[in-house]
Amino acid sequence: MKHATPLIDQLETGPWPSFVSDMKHQAEKRAKNEENIEFQIPQDVVEDLLGILELSFNDGTTHWKHGGIVGVFGYGGGVIGRYCDQPGNFPGVAHFHTMRVAQPGGKFYTSKYLKEICDLWDLRGSGITNMHGSTGDIIFLGTTTPQLEEIFFELTHNMNQDLGGSGSNLRTPADCIGQARCEYACYDTQALCYDLTQEYQDELHRPAFPYKFKFKFDGCPNGCVASIARADMSFIGTWKDDIKVDQEAVAAYVGGEFAPNAGAHSGRDWGAFDIQKEVVALCPSECIKYEDGKLAINNRECVRCMHCINVMPRALRIGDERGLSILAGAKAPILDGAQMGSLVVPFVKAEEPYDEIKEIVEGIWDWWMEEGKNRERLGELMKRQGLQKLLEVLNIKPDARHVQEPRSNPYIFWKEDEVEGGWERDIDEYRKHHQR
Amino acid sequence: MEYEEAKEKIITELTKKLKSKSKFYFNDLSKILDMKPREAKKIVNKLVQESVLEYWSSGSTSMYGLPGTGKQAGAEHED
Ligand code: SF4
Ligand code: SF4
Repeated sequence: MKHATPLIDQLETGPWPSFVSDMKHQAEKRAKNEENIEFQIPQDVVEDLLGILELSFNDGTTHWKHGGIVGVFGYGGGVIGRYCDQPGNFPGVAHFHTMRVAQPGGKFYTSKYLKEICDLWDLRGSGITNMHGSTGDIIFLGTTTPQLEEIFFELTHNMNQDLGGSGSNLRTPADCIGQARCEYACYDTQALCYDLTQEYQDELHRPAFPYKFKFKFDGCPNGCVASIARADMSFIGTWKDDIKVDQEAVAAYVGGEFAPNAGAHSGRDWGAFDIQKEVVALCPSECIKYEDGKLAINNRECVRCMHCINVMPRALRIGDERGLSILAGAKAPILDGAQMGSLVVPFVKAEEPYDEIKEIVEGIWDWWMEEGKNRERLGELMKRQGLQKLLEVLNIKPDARHVQEPRSNPYIFWKEDEVEGGWERDIDEYRKHHQR
Repeated sequence: MEYEEAKEKIITELTKKLKSKSKFYFNDLSKILDMKPREAKKIVNKLVQESVLEYWSSGSTSMYGLPGTGKQAGAEHED
């Protein structure tokens, strides 16, 4: 190796796989270059990357400059410019830009596609990737300025691929695998994710928001992409009618013919399946009964938590009147701590061309773009002005489902024109029953 | 507002502020233009297309500036 790295070598001694080992492996691979690649950026980029990381561990400070160029012509995102402040000692990482590449819906790849992007990145970048970044993008780590347009051309012209979002943009929308493989999916997550991605290309590539904005799509409340915690707008599949019950299959679970949880917790002997303990008692709204060999659900009380369905997928199925709920305002810490999304639209059908959904999206953007302060996330604006304000802007009538905790924060207030008779009272009538 | 007028306004205002600031949030631009964000965006997009403005980004936030002004030094608070 070009630089001695005693400090970061220690990161290899723990019980977990280490990125330092991966990087050394890649550095060696580039040095040997058995495939005779005509590297378009310095061959020793990875060695210099290890070197500058060691330097940072030594002096306790970063050697990356803050920010910089952002993209290819016409795009205001997708590239994160990184320059190092020690180019003399580490010329291989003088420029070390990150590129975000939009991940395919549900992260479905063909091995041919993966090979193609790796070949491209070995040729025109460091070969180091991050699969995947927290927005879901394929992350290419480290290339030089002249390579950006070249890579962009290859991606868009030959690989039918686009850059993702960064900066004050709509970020690359992310979805669960949905109906492609999952019987719990209440709507086609990939269709909606793709449709909104196409519809909002301008928002994705040309920054004009106060800060970042994320869409994520979960086909059901199991939340495999954790949209409720990670997206400014999360779209979570749900249903309106009853959970479908197949009593024969219930009996088969009870009788031990079918493994509960599709056999997922079979690593230890937990004893025979106990429907009372494992299903009925764990229903958060206590709305399941199992009596005389029959399972009954009081669907009015069911909160669609998915628990019973997850345990007995062959006996219980999602209802037929399907759609999604829209929540808004989730975000990671920085200001005010982490926040989960708040329910905005309890139920909407997810049918092409998704006009109803787009109306909500655009209503939220109009409000946030006008009222949001610089670097204020939607969730922070919702906290500052109140959920009621957002509902008003969207023309949504508040109902009990919008109240998170009755009494402690009943943040829905009546206005005078909503109350019969207004605020004026007949004082004489009042005095008949109340003394001064 | 006509595009040419908007362009003049942006260049004049940003040049005036150059001494203290070289990068601007989108909100600053829509305020200068006195337009709703969606309307302002159409003009700002065009200004970028014509290289009257250029993007700058930290990765999480995006800003706008006149090309070549205060580039990196600005980000490190040296100007
Ligand atoms: S979120 Fe629900 S529908 Fe989507 S993959 Fe997970 S379990 Fe299936
Ligand atoms: S989905 Fe959850 S709340 Fe509804 S019946 Fe099943 S366990 Fe109870």
